[in-house]
This record gives sequence, C-alpha cells and structure tokens, in this order.
Amino acid sequence: MEQIPQIPKEKFKLVHDENNKDQEKIGTPSLTYMQDVRRRLFKNKVAVVCLTLLTIIVAISILAPIVAPHNPNAQQVTMSNLPPKLGNLNIPGMNGYQNMGGKMVDAYKQAEAPKGTFYILGTDYLGRDLLSRIIYGTRLSLVVAVLATLVDLIIGVPYGLVSGWKGGKTDTFMQRIVEIVSSVPNLIVVILMMIVLKPGLTSIVIAIAITGWVTMARLVRAQTFQLKEQEYVLAARTLGESSTKIATKHLIPNLSSTIIIQTMFTIPNAIFFEAFLSFIGIGIPAPNASLGTLLSDGQKAFRFLPYQMWAPAIILSIIMIATNLLGDGLRDAFDPQSSEN
Amino acid sequence: MTKYILKRIFYLFVTLFIIASLTFFLMKLLPGTPFSNQNRMSPDQLKIVKAQYGLDQSVFVQYIRYMGGLLQGNLGTSFQFNNEPVTALIGQRLAPSMQIGAQAMIVGTIGGILLGAVAAIRKNTWADTLATFVSILGLSIPSFVLAVLLQFYLAYKWRIFPVALWDNFQSSILPTLALAAMPLGSVARFMRTEMVDVMSSDYIELAKSKGNSSWGVVVKHALRNSLIPVVTIIGPMAVSVMTGSMVVENIFSIPGIGEQFVKSITTNDYPTIMGLTIFYSFLLIIVYLIVDILYGLIDPRIRLGNGGKE
Amino acid sequence: MEKILEVKDLHVDFDTYNGVVHAIRGVSFHLNAGETLAIVGESGSGKSITVRSILQLLAKNGTISKGEILYHGDDLLQKSTKEMDDIRGNKISMIFQDPMTSLDPTMTIGKQVAEPLLIHNNVSKKDALKRAEEVLRLVGIPNPSARMNDYPHQFSGGQRQRIVIAIAIVDYPEILIADEPTTALDVTVQAQIIDLLKELQQKIGTSIIFITHDLGVVAGIADRVAVMYAGRFVEYGSVNDIFYNPQHPYTWGLLDSMPTLDTNEGSRLHSIPGTPPNLLNPPEGDAFAPRNAYAMEIDEEEQPPFFKVSKNHYAATWLLHPNAPKVTPPEGIMKRFAKYERLGGNVK
Ligand SMILES: Nc1ncnc2c1ncn2[C@@H]1O[C@H](COP(=O)(O)OP(=O)(O)O)[C@@H](O)[C@H]1O
Ligand SMILES: [Mg+2]
Repeated sequence: MEQIPQIPKEKFKLVHDENNKDQEKIGTPSLTYMQDVRRRLFKNKVAVVCLTLLTIIVAISILAPIVAPHNPNAQQVTMSNLPPKLGNLNIPGMNGYQNMGGKMVDAYKQAEAPKGTFYILGTDYLGRDLLSRIIYGTRLSLVVAVLATLVDLIIGVPYGLVSGWKGGKTDTFMQRIVEIVSSVPNLIVVILMMIVLKPGLTSIVIAIAITGWVTMARLVRAQTFQLKEQEYVLAARTLGESSTKIATKHLIPNLSSTIIIQTMFTIPNAIFFEAFLSFIGIGIPAPNASLGTLLSDGQKAFRFLPYQMWAPAIILSIIMIATNLLGDGLRDAFDPQSSEN
Repeated sequence: MTKYILKRIFYLFVTLFIIASLTFFLMKLLPGTPFSNQNRMSPDQLKIVKAQYGLDQSVFVQYIRYMGGLLQGNLGTSFQFNNEPVTALIGQRLAPSMQIGAQAMIVGTIGGILLGAVAAIRKNTWADTLATFVSILGLSIPSFVLAVLLQFYLAYKWRIFPVALWDNFQSSILPTLALAAMPLGSVARFMRTEMVDVMSSDYIELAKSKGNSSWGVVVKHALRNSLIPVVTIIGPMAVSVMTGSMVVENIFSIPGIGEQFVKSITTNDYPTIMGLTIFYSFLLIIVYLIVDILYGLIDPRIRLGNGGKE
Repeated sequence: MEKILEVKDLHVDFDTYNGVVHAIRGVSFHLNAGETLAIVGESGSGKSITVRSILQLLAKNGTISKGEILYHGDDLLQKSTKEMDDIRGNKISMIFQDPMTSLDPTMTIGKQVAEPLLIHNNVSKKDALKRAEEVLRLVGIPNPSARMNDYPHQFSGGQRQRIVIAIAIVDYPEILIADEPTTALDVTVQAQIIDLLKELQQKIGTSIIFITHDLGVVAGIADRVAVMYAGRFVEYGSVNDIFYNPQHPYTWGLLDSMPTLDTNEGSRLHSIPGTPPNLLNPPEGDAFAPRNAYAMEIDEEEQPPFFKVSKNHYAATWLLHPNAPKVTPPEGIMKRFAKYERLGGNVK
C-alpha cells in the first residue's frame, strides 16, 4: 500500500455527475408486482406440478361428457363389480382377472362380457363404469368447491370490507355475529342444514356457505383495517372519492393476495365437506356420483373390491394435496419474506 | 384475568342459548317426524305418541319447555332407544369418544410438534421436505379415508389390530391414528412456521452470541417460544377430531357419541340430534375457553398484563 | 499496544435468490487492547456483517469466502464449532441494535443475564443468579433484586438495552461488540447508554467495537474510526483524523450530513445523493464513484488503494494520488480543516 501506483494523468479528469444515470442500469430489472408474483410462482417446482395436476383435473371435469367412456349412471347388472381392465394389455391388476377363492379368474369371461368390452377402472355393484363415475364425480365435487368459493367471495369479502372500513360500533356488532357463527362447529351447522334442506348440490353449497364465509370475512377485515391507514387510501378519502370506488380501486387490488390464498384453502375444505356429507349419506343423493358417494360406495365393498375405493380416494387426495400446496406456493409468491430468510 | 374469565363464561351461555334456540327452530321446520314414516300407526295412536313427546303443544310452548329443560341439564328424550333421555345416552357413550379423541389430540400434538421442530431446525433439507410432505398428507387425506385404509390393511389383511371391536386399548389404536393425522399435519405446519420465525429472531441471535450450542439455543429458547402459539390451534384441532370421530367411530364400530350422532341423523331422531348438537357446541366452547386461559397462563406477556412498566 | 483482534482481507458472500451478494469485499482492521474502534457507514454498508463474521453469526446463506480473523494471533475461522461456542459470550460478546426484540420474551431477565455464566463457568445456578443481580445493578437497573423474576416486556426500551449490555458483560469479555446499540433509542437515552459503555469499559477494561451509522455519537466514545462503504473500508484513522482531516469524499458526505455544535446557522446540512451500489454485481472501480461529485475517470476503472495520510490515518481515494487534481472540498469540510490546523494538525 505504501508504493503509489503509476497511472497516467489523463485518467484523473473529474467526471462530475454525468454518470449518475449509469446507476439506474445496475440492479435487477424492476418488475411489476403481479409479474413478480407470477415469476416466483413458476419458479416453485412444487407449485407448478400442483397447478398442472389441477389444470388437468379441471379440464377433464369440464370435458366430462366428451372424455367419459360410458354414461356414469347407466346400470348393467350383468357387468357388476368387474375389476379394472385396460384393453388387451396384460398388465397385472389391470387385466380383468380377479382372485376368487384363491384362484385368479377372468371376471370378464365369467360375466360373459362381449369381446372387446373393458372398463379401465372396473365397474361398481350396479355395473356402472367407475372411470366415468369418477370423472363425473370429480366434476360434481369441483362444482361444489367453486360454488362454495363464490359464496365465500360474495358474502365474506364485502362483509369484511364493511366491517373493517366502518370500524367502531358497526364493526363491533358485525364481529359479534362472526364470533357467534364461528363458535358453533362448522360441521354441525352444515349437518343441521343438510337435515333441514333436501339433500343435493344446492343444499350442500348453502350449508357450506353459511359458515364458510367467516374466515374470509375475518381476514379481509383485518387487512382493511391496515389498508385504511395507508396514505393513498387516506388521500382518496380526503379527495372525496366514494366508498365503492375506494373499495374497488384501492382496497380490492391490495386484498387480492389474501383473498386468492384463502380461496385455495376454501376449495379443499368444500371438497372435504361434500365428501364427508355424502359419506355419511346426507350429501349428494343417488344415483349421481360425487367423490363422497364414490368413497362411500367403495368403502362398503372395500374388503373384496379395494379398487372401488382406491381410485376415488386417490383423486380426492390429489386434489386436496395439490390445492393445499398450491395455496402455500401462492402465499410464498405473494409474500416472499415469509419463505426466505 | 378473573373478570375476563367471567365475561367469557357469560358469552358462553349467550352463545349456547343462541345455538339451542336455532337448533330448536330448525328442527321444527322439518316436515316429518320418525313417526310419520311408520304407516302402521293409526291417527289415534299417532296422537297419543305425539302427546307423549309434547308435540301436540304450540311451538312456543315446546320451545319454553325445551329451554327450561336445558337449564336443568335435560336434553330431552330420544325418539328411539326405548325413550332414553338424551343425557343418559350421551353419558353412556361419552367415554369411548373422549378416549380416542384425547389420544388423537395427544398423539397429533406431540407428533406434530416434533415434526414441525425438526423441519424448522433442518430447514430446506431433505428432513424438512419429508416432514412437510407428511404434514400435507395428514392435512389432505380425510380421516375417514385413512380409517378405511388402516382398517383394511392393518386389521383385516395383516391382522395386526382387531378389525371392528371395542374392548381394550389395542382396539383404540387404529381409530386414534386415523383421527390423529389431521392434528398432526396442522400442528406440524404451524410449529414449523412459528419456529422458523423464532429461529430468525433477534433473541435467538443473542442466545447464540452468549455461547449456547445450537442444541442449547433450540432447547432453552426456540422451543418454548414456538410452542406457546401452538396452544391457539388446539381449538380448531378439537373441531377436526370431533368431525372425524363421527365417521371413524362408525367405521370401527365404536359405541361413541359420534357414531350416535350419525345414527340419529339417518333415523331422524331429532331430540338426540338437538341434544348432541348442543353438547358438541358446549364441549367446543369450553375447549376454546380453556385454551384461552391456558394461553394467558403460559405466555408471560399476557399473564402479567401487557405494556412496559417504566 | 497489543493487538487483540486482527481482521485480514475479509470477504463475505451471500447466496440469494437473485445471485451471490458480495456483502464484504476485503476488509482489514485491528483492535488494540482497551480501545474503542468505531465503524461508521450508511445502513447496508456491511457493518453488521463485518462484526458478525468475527463471531461467525452469519445467516445460513452467508459464507466467509476469504480472510483471516486473528484473536490473540489465532485464526477464529479455523476453530471448531465447540471452540467458537466457548469464545462467544465469554471472550467476545455482542450487543444488538434493537433492545425491544433481542431479549427472550418468555424468560425472566435474571435467568437471561445468568445464562452466559452457566454456559461458560462452572458455577451453581444460585451463584450465577447472584452475579446476574450484581451486574444488573452495575448497568443501572434500579432495585435489581426485586426485578430478577420480571420479564422483558416489563421494562422500558432503555432499561432493556441495559439488560442486553448486562448479558454481554456478565462474563467480563475481552471484546465487546456493540452493533448500533443506541439507534433504536431516544436521544436522551442514547447518551446514557454511551456513558454506561464508557464507564463499564473503564471498570472491566474491555475493548469495544462500536458500530453506528450516526457519526454524531462516535466522537463521544471512540478512539479510532473506520468509515465503511459498500462492503469496504474507505477511510480510517483517529477520531480527530476522521472528524477534522477527512480525505475520502464519502467521509466528507457523511460529515456534511451530520448536525454538529459547530454547524453555523447559515450552513446547510447535505445528504449524499443517490443510493449505494447493488452488491450482486459490485462495480469494478470505486463503488462510491457514481455518487461522488469529485469522481475521476480512474474511479470508474480501478479500485483505489489505501493512501497513507498520516501515521495511522489511511484513505482509499484516488484524490490522494500525486497525479490527481487539487479539489476543494465542501465548505463544511474546509471549516473542519481549519479546526484541525488549530488543533496542531497538518492538513494534506
Ligand atoms: N442474509 C442475507 N442475505 C443476503 N444479503 C444479505 C444478508 N445479510 C446481509 N446482506 C446484505 O449485506 C449488506 C450489508 O448488510 P449489513 O452488514 O447488515 O449492513 P449494515 O451496515 O446496515 O449493518 C446489505 O446490503 C445486505 O443486503
Ligand atoms: Mg446493521
């Protein structure tokens, strides 16, 4: 350090602040928030896998009438309880053979099924094609989930917004209601509603909706409280913008992450409730299939024909796991601090 | 604190009152009674039976009677089971439900704490991934699916446990496991989040700078601080165990209140449904109350009132 | 004077989502027995990381990629985990910035203060608690015997910082690292804490590394000052050297943005324009150049070496090169130079 480097004199010209612009070029390119969220989400392998799985499941459900190989409710008693068979491929477990009294027997031959008949996931006790029933059942379960989520949004979000925005007495009153509703176990309310209403899709959605909105309302309220104090919201208020305008222009966009994440937890919850209700026999009435009724039917025959329960159980679990993990992924993407450090 | 508890107890009664009233009127909205299904009864017989249950009175009188009965701890009389009082029915069936419920809560909580702690300490390693995976499975697979699978493989096929029998401790293991999965998953996830938070806090840094080994830091500071908030999810856990027990008891033929509840639903035994609804709600509100008090007791910041003394 | 600690060419990297952050890029300094060394610099310049490296308390994604940290001639970076545990809180201890969050909220303060003793010395719990009580009295907690079983939230911010200090000194460390111990406190409390540190230094004879982003508090406590920018030291010397004969334009900027008693009514406070560089891709030349009104072409091409200003006073700026043009520092700095001459110094 003691010897002084030899450097040509012209290097020592003052450059003043011409370079200040250079400073801007360094650093990560600034992305808008949503782009950033998307980028983080798509970098998360688990989330991408879950999103893909869910997309496939949703697509198949929407296209059910096209992709389902059979009519899900068409009974054919002669073809009852056939094991899975995938064409003429001789895959063990998928070849139509069944263990009967210790011997493997071609169940299709026994049922005198016409040549070329096969059911990929087998048939149930009424000879209905299980794959088709699962496709339609998943569709129904997803419909329940989507409707329950919609109600969640339609009731929970405005409720939380109003409660948080008004504050004071209104808020206290509205929170009392929330407290009471949430102090009754969800499921009991749902069951009571199911007893009162006629079993079916609408009833399930209503029953779930009656208690489901509470969590959403709570979260939205808590965040509205914070947002209310933000400068841009205060500014909008002083400028006399209407409440509806402030809500749609300033609040909802900032609440979107909370809402989206909560939605990802409403969906599996609704699917669970439907399955539970149908499983105990007060959900979707026969002959329609839902994941819950399929599980319930499958359970009855599980000892002898385990495939009848495995298939809906796996689909149900995949949907539940994927939505839960996607919810986690979304949370990390919206709020990177929560996962880093 | 005492004042707070008294206030909470007051709200407990208000809530119970509202729940009881709602349940009552909901049940009155129902079109049928179990008797209307029984064509064998003549109109006269029906009248007698109705009078016996007080169903010939006006709804208002029935309501007052019901609420009056409630105050004396009377939940009405079951339509079935030889007209047994609902309270007696619950009394007989409470023990098995409590046993598997408590076992599941304990197994789930302890397992979840360990799983979550390991995941947090070994954050971003294979151990974390594995623990996270297990807890997601626990959260995602409904207890009734798990119950059927456990029963089939561990009891029916491999004969490690009794299939559907309620006698000794052995027979409570499978239902406990099926019910414990959900609490396990949620405690593990919660614990992990809490502990990751705590591990990156300033006081953990200070604990390290004191010369604590990494083990010492965890045992002396991180565990306790992350455990305290876990108490808050005991309530929701109790709900999921309660929910699960309704089907799990059914699957394993356990003579508990969950199984009774489902049975009453399928047989339109309204007094029992009402009684159990109120009982369940009561149980749950008590659990929430105890959790709140417990939280106040173990967290010094709440226990001693908050705000700094200068 | 004995050098008890010597840091040589320290480099610290952090693995992040966006790439590797070169947070510390070659820092060297030493600490003499009994002295107080202040490290100053804007927030984010790497002060905390520098001292955390000494105790190896970096976040998981951080690594010391190069350098030596000699404590009595032994390289701490070669020590085992166990050996480092024995040094922390015993030989070298640390005080953190925010007293509101650095105490365990669920443990009584008596236990927290006694903890280092129980870890490092073979003492009974009772004796440790007794010592803790004495030390709490020493740091000025009133009526400590009655407050041993209280929890952190029952104390004010200033008192909590006193407790944190008590924890740090309870085992009479040779080196006390104070990482912005006053930043989170009110101005009046700041002065009390500084006085306490000075008093303790005299009583127990510890050496102090004092970190701050506020030059204002430095004069009262430090013997020597190092100025840090973007992961490097840019100038270091005695307090007088830095305050009254500063050479680096960054030091000028810091001094100019500091209100002092000397500041006349008429003169304005200047803050340094711009922001520190992104250390993901550290600039080739002087990291301060883009914000430097006195930047020269060479600043953009090559990192300036340290030029000796006087004995123990060095600055890393090309302005000290014989070929550099003579520049006139800002008005406030010229006044400081004048004062330096009055003090008998020799302005370069
Ligand atoms: N865990 C980390 N991961 C990535 N970068 C970090 C981490 N910790 C510190 N840094 C970076 O190191 C630099 C120096 O930080 P620090 O030493 O805390 O600054 P200060 O001088 O304010 O104490 C900062 O620019 C920061 O971005
Ligand atoms: Mg710092």
